[in-house]
Amino acid sequence: MGRIGVVTFPGTLDDRDAARAVRLAGGEAVALWHADADLHGVDAVVLPGGFSYGDYLRAGAISRFAPVMGEVVAAAAHGLPVLGICNGFQVLTEAHLLPGSMIKNDHLRFVCREQELVVENTQTAWTGQYAPGEHITVPLKNQDGQYVADERTLDELEGEGRVVFRYAGWNPNGSRRDIAGITNAAGTVVGLMPHPEHAVERGFGPRGDAGPHSGTDGLRVFTSVLLSLVG
Amino acid sequence: MGLVVVDVMPKPEILDPQGKAVAGALPRLGFAQFTSVRQGKRFELSVDGPVTAEVLAAAAAAAEQVLSNPVIEDVVRVAEAAAGADAADPA
Repeated sequence: MGRIGVVTFPGTLDDRDAARAVRLAGGEAVALWHADADLHGVDAVVLPGGFSYGDYLRAGAISRFAPVMGEVVAAAAHGLPVLGICNGFQVLTEAHLLPGSMIKNDHLRFVCREQELVVENTQTAWTGQYAPGEHITVPLKNQDGQYVADERTLDELEGEGRVVFRYAGWNPNGSRRDIAGITNAAGTVVGLMPHPEHAVERGFGPRGDAGPHSGTDGLRVFTSVLLSLVG
Repeated sequence: MGLVVVDVMPKPEILDPQGKAVAGALPRLGFAQFTSVRQGKRFELSVDGPVTAEVLAAAAAAAEQVLSNPVIEDVVRVAEAAAGADAADPA
């Protein structure tokens, strides 16, 4: 059984949900603490959503210097699968594991909605269980969710197929080229703004084929990484 | 005690949503002459001794590596604060 670490920073909100998603996918969730420079031998790491360090300085900027992040960055260089969700995505860009950055939503409001996405890259450690071009619906909730990067970086991401998730229907925050999630060149590190961990169990997720709250489209992010570990 | 001021601004090509919101509020209060607003950050770094060239170099490095994110922001000033004039509260 794969052991997936879930990091808690001061101000993290979604660590419990991320750990629960790991368990529902069939993995063992291992709680990792920001001040503990030890990954406890986990097979993959999730940086969950929230407002670590109150978004002081910039979202994710202080978390990057947490002792546990030194270990995450070092292990990621050797192929450890890492998933950053929302604030976790912001931490990954601040830690230079992924390019670009996030600024305040273009409409200046916090947004919370059930968001449709297209899965564009199914070759990553976190998306193998999706079909290329598949449309999924997962919750989205953010204040600083507008993904920005210079044109050269955006062209590079597009050219190398590193846009993993793209907003469909409506771009909720003004992100460049409707980008909702990206990966590193190796396909091991993935960051996305929407929250797959909130769409993993019937009765508690977004709308799905069986009606309101029936959607579980996010679960396969976690089954994907567990299968990638045994495959 | 020396004081170094670091100013960080959003890059010109990055839309500044906060500045835009402030710009929208100004005319409602009668300040109609301002055509745009950009909002940045000011950091005040204190040192025990005088502000030497080394202190300024360290402040510049900190500004690039921590205080700003070069993807979205520019460091526009790293300078010693003028005595009494630039400090937040000299008292």
